[in-house]
Amino acid sequence: MTPGAFLFAACSVICIVGALVTILAQNPIRGAMGLLTTITGIAGLFLALEAQFLAAIQLIVYAGAVVVLFVFVIMLLGPTAGPGRIGEEPRARYAPWFSSVLFLGVMAFAIVLVGGANTTLTAFAPTELGYGSIEAFGKLLYSDGMVPFELTTALLIVAVVGAIAVARSAPSKKPVRTIKSATRRMFGGPVEARNAARPGLLPSPINEKESTL
Amino acid sequence: MTPLMTAVMTPLGSVLEHYVLLATVLFTLGGAGFLLRRNILVQLMSIELMLNATNLLLVAYNRSHSSSLHGQMFAFFIIAVAAAEVSVGLAIVLSFYRLKSTISSDAADSLRH
Repeated sequence: MTPGAFLFAACSVICIVGALVTILAQNPIRGAMGLLTTITGIAGLFLALEAQFLAAIQLIVYAGAVVVLFVFVIMLLGPTAGPGRIGEEPRARYAPWFSSVLFLGVMAFAIVLVGGANTTLTAFAPTELGYGSIEAFGKLLYSDGMVPFELTTALLIVAVVGAIAVARSAPSKKPVRTIKSATRRMFGGPVEARNAARPGLLPSPINEKESTL
Repeated sequence: MTPLMTAVMTPLGSVLEHYVLLATVLFTLGGAGFLLRRNILVQLMSIELMLNATNLLLVAYNRSHSSSLHGQMFAFFIIAVAAAEVSVGLAIVLSFYRLKSTISSDAADSLRH
């Protein structure tokens, strides 16, 4: 067994085991660890395919950011994050398995069919020097990929703003606490720090009787 | 000798077809997880699995046509989009949990009727 074959075999087993753990684990945190395993295996396969830069990016972005984000959310949700049992709904018990196996069968059949058309497998040719390196990748990214690259930056900014806007807590319905006494209003300081710059929230003499506190 | 037999006999990882088969298996596992599970977090992880399988396929095909690096560039953009998707998706999960006090996707049935 050559080193390349061993690398492929090891990474494939890691990927498939990680994917199985991801979709079958009762506890979401185990699922996140399975996802991490799969991502690491795919980074190894990227190395085998001579995509060194992408392997590094895969580890930094996926293992470093995405999985950590998942773990954060699982931590925020606490025990309610799991367990979701497989096939809780009786009517959805067999259809997903059936459609998945059907998809896999059709894809394998298509691959065999394509392989049967030319009867030879497409072996990888040796690459030129610098294939997959940061230099070559950067040159391509800043020439052909310039516009998509800039659009990606815009996308990430919009995603960050959108995530904050969606995840921010809803505005509270509690009444604003105000100060009744004129002396305390003048010298006691604001009851809540956020009202400090909003003097309009303080009661006017007319409706002071209705204000709370 | 059938093509499948040939694919099994050749050294692992030296031909494109091995990567295509592996990516197909990973994509199928991701799709099965998305369909089987009712936990939104696990469903998001399954989407990540599918995106990773697609990335692997892009890089493998680029290795087969190694005169340019465009396939790897596409994989790079897919990684960036996946990161954005996960951040917004998890924010939606948190918001959904605040609304329904559960993260079962069966609870998201307001538009059903």
